[in-house]
Amino acid sequence: MTTVTDGRAPAPSDRRPARPSRLRRTWDKHWYAWAMVLPVVVVLAVLIFYPLARGFWLSLTNLTEANQAAEICTRSITGGEVCKANPNRWEFVGLDNYLRVLTGEVGEFWRWTGVTLIWTSLCVVFHYGLGLGLATMLNRPMRLRGLYRVLLVLPWAVPAFVSAFAWKFIFNERFGLANSLLGTLGIDPVDWFANRWTALFTAIVTNIWLGVPFMMVALLGGMQGIPGELYEAAEIDGASPWQRFVHVTLPGLRPVSMTVILLGTIWTFNMFPVIFLVTEGQPAGQTDILVTGAYRAAFEGIRNYSLASTYGVLILSILLVFSVFYRRALRKQGEVW
Amino acid sequence: MSQISAPPPAAVDAAGGRVPARRGRPVRRPTRVTRSPLRSVLLHATLIVAVLIAIGPIVWVLLSSFKPGHAVQSTELSLVKDPTLDNYAYVLTETSFVRWFLNSVVVAAFTMLIGILIAATTGYAVSRFNFPGRRPLMMVFLVTQMFPMPILIVPIYMIMAGLGLINTPPSLIIANLTIAVPFCAWMLKGYFDTIPRALDEAAAMDGCGPFRTFWRVVLPLARPALAVTGFYAFLTAWGEVAYASAFIQEDRNFTLAYGLQQFVPQFNPQWEYLTSAAVLVTIPAGIVFLFAQRHLVSGLTGGGTKE
Repeated sequence: MTTVTDGRAPAPSDRRPARPSRLRRTWDKHWYAWAMVLPVVVVLAVLIFYPLARGFWLSLTNLTEANQAAEICTRSITGGEVCKANPNRWEFVGLDNYLRVLTGEVGEFWRWTGVTLIWTSLCVVFHYGLGLGLATMLNRPMRLRGLYRVLLVLPWAVPAFVSAFAWKFIFNERFGLANSLLGTLGIDPVDWFANRWTALFTAIVTNIWLGVPFMMVALLGGMQGIPGELYEAAEIDGASPWQRFVHVTLPGLRPVSMTVILLGTIWTFNMFPVIFLVTEGQPAGQTDILVTGAYRAAFEGIRNYSLASTYGVLILSILLVFSVFYRRALRKQGEVW
Repeated sequence: MSQISAPPPAAVDAAGGRVPARRGRPVRRPTRVTRSPLRSVLLHATLIVAVLIAIGPIVWVLLSSFKPGHAVQSTELSLVKDPTLDNYAYVLTETSFVRWFLNSVVVAAFTMLIGILIAATTGYAVSRFNFPGRRPLMMVFLVTQMFPMPILIVPIYMIMAGLGLINTPPSLIIANLTIAVPFCAWMLKGYFDTIPRALDEAAAMDGCGPFRTFWRVVLPLARPALAVTGFYAFLTAWGEVAYASAFIQEDRNFTLAYGLQQFVPQFNPQWEYLTSAAVLVTIPAGIVFLFAQRHLVSGLTGGGTKE
């Protein structure tokens, strides 16, 4: 793997041109570090990079469940098997899959992308906003603070798939809690999963509920790391609570915020169980996001492995582009990591 | 549990007291404690509403799990109605729930053990040594965290099918390791960063090589961190849905994440059994989680911001 053989960062003190001895010295100096990372490098290579390469290769073929066999064997009455070459065997098709996906000829790539963008941005905005609000409230001395904190963290303690079932239960159109509560307010029951937007709404509510505790705890930790002197100085200068929040708390939270927003965006983008279990893509696949859509292509109906891999490559590209831009934005603001 | 629910704010402020020698963080004791009564009421009211929303769904599922089937499926709103343990009895004795539970435990436990075992030395090396390849390796950890499941699931499925492992727990363990290994390495790196280097240097002066230092000095100190990282790897595997749904075909090999879907098929869903199963699934995960969560965030965000 290139990561290990990358020859940067040589021993800083001595820079003699004698090449073999320098190599030798690098080895002597670093062999134990390399030995320590070796297991992970091997595992990553076997479990991630090999499948990744294979997935990329698959996306350039037209392999499906129906044409994967090299031979078609038919069992004759006498019990023997007759095999002949599969005439419709899968083959290399180049960038055909990408063309067909991006032009919308097969699948719903652009609709999934649209739903994913709505889903991710709404969820992350609410995660961060609500998390920040709750953290601000909890970051002051008051009675019952510890109790509030534990109770507010509880949604995080529930496995995501269980929460997904719980909310699907609540949004059940016949006897769910949501409709019952609406009923007591005199509003007619809503058939949540019959409409694209109400279905998406249920999934977003579920995911917001799931994700706020992480943001809250992370931001609370960040707030407690801001030196108290800053607040005292601001107070002496006559800053109002709001000004203290904007000019002391928010800048102090910057490093934590940047990290949690990046993590939150990626997690939400890839959040499979909520959509898969809450809306199940209802109605008619209209609430699928990219990851669930790709999953369905791979494992429902006639399994289209090549198409699913194509989606996978496209999804990964979107995330990579996003994180490159995000990193660049961070660099510009002087954060380095 | 006790350390988390300890109410005095001082104890809460000194968060993470169990992570050894966390960087000296000034504990803020705000100067103003005075708040007008109206604001106090507003603050508590907002927090109470938030708490109700946070625990409402959990409580609702818990309450529903004690109702008989006809009460669960009724449109009438009631908190408690004919409480019974029949749902639990049914789930535990008449379905494969116990079997699925054991499968989940096996898959999650092996994912956790192998993940920690493989990742520990790497986390240490990345935290301490500036070796060629360190930064690219860190980048790889970061990038693999954001790998979408669809890009790996098909190739891994085909590899597993080629090895004849489809429909077995090992296929799920291997698939989960793709998430667990980079995650554990990243988390542990963050924790090792908080252990003072002076300890390593002292050990080196006493003649310990890097491996001995790691094994004898750093690892014992990092025991809480190993536990927390392990717990989290466990919980990730415990809640994994996609691989479990795709790789396992037989009832007796299901994990909980897939098995629970069997209770609520499109037609004739049996929500009363689902709710009680959900409660049974959540209790162990929740207890483990509450122990782990305090140290979790510092590890996640710390790994990224501290170099």
